[in-house]
Amino acid sequence: MEPIKLTYHVEGGDLIGAGEASSKMKMALKKLDLPQETIRRAAICMYEGEINMVIHADGGRAEVEIAMDHITIRMIDSGPGIPDVDQAMEEGFSTAGEIARDLGFGAGMGLPNMKRYSDEMKIDTTLGVGTTVTMRFNL
Amino acid sequence: MKLSTIREILDATVLSGEEHLDREVLAACGSDFMSDVLAYVKDQALLLTGLVNPQVVRTAEMLDMKCIVFVRGKTPDESILKLAQARDIVVMRSPRRMYDACGLLYLNGLRGD
Repeated sequence: MEPIKLTYHVEGGDLIGAGEASSKMKMALKKLDLPQETIRRAAICMYEGEINMVIHADGGRAEVEIAMDHITIRMIDSGPGIPDVDQAMEEGFSTAGEIARDLGFGAGMGLPNMKRYSDEMKIDTTLGVGTTVTMRFNL
Repeated sequence: MKLSTIREILDATVLSGEEHLDREVLAACGSDFMSDVLAYVKDQALLLTGLVNPQVVRTAEMLDMKCIVFVRGKTPDESILKLAQARDIVVMRSPRRMYDACGLLYLNGLRGD
């Protein structure tokens, strides 16, 4: 079976509308009849990534690949980059502003959650160029 | 616990999904912080929150939750209800405060996990 590839655009500056891409991705995975627990983990990770993208990077895109034995989600943005990845991975560390906090985010749980719920996670970031977070979910 | 029982205990008004009140939930969680809900929830199908915005519905959706109860009489707007309807999530509003709402459900046997 050829891997299925899906791409989702994430609108920048729209924290109220954030989550639309993850919602569509979740529906697509459901149609493929994959294990519910894996779908949920993938959806949570992409949603956290989407929120991060909207808060920090003015949007971006998500590339999702579904193969026989895994799902890969790549969250790609052209934002400011992450100055200190180790610090960003600490639970409770956040640079999110008040708007994000008002919506129930900015607790410094986004990246740690993405790591917790994925089977593998990799962050490639360059200051002033952007960030790509790649997550793998085994099937 | 059935959603119809939860409605009674919390003296709640059903704002959306009246037809699904026979659904059963086995555990609940209460938080105004969606990041925490995403971090710690497993199979809690009921979310109690005092936060009113579309991300509450999105969070519930990602976690396969069945019902959201807005506490302290908070009323979501039409766009939030539509989002919930499209995702088949029941929405209620309770006049109880968060602490009381959680306590009442716990007292009646609905636990956190």
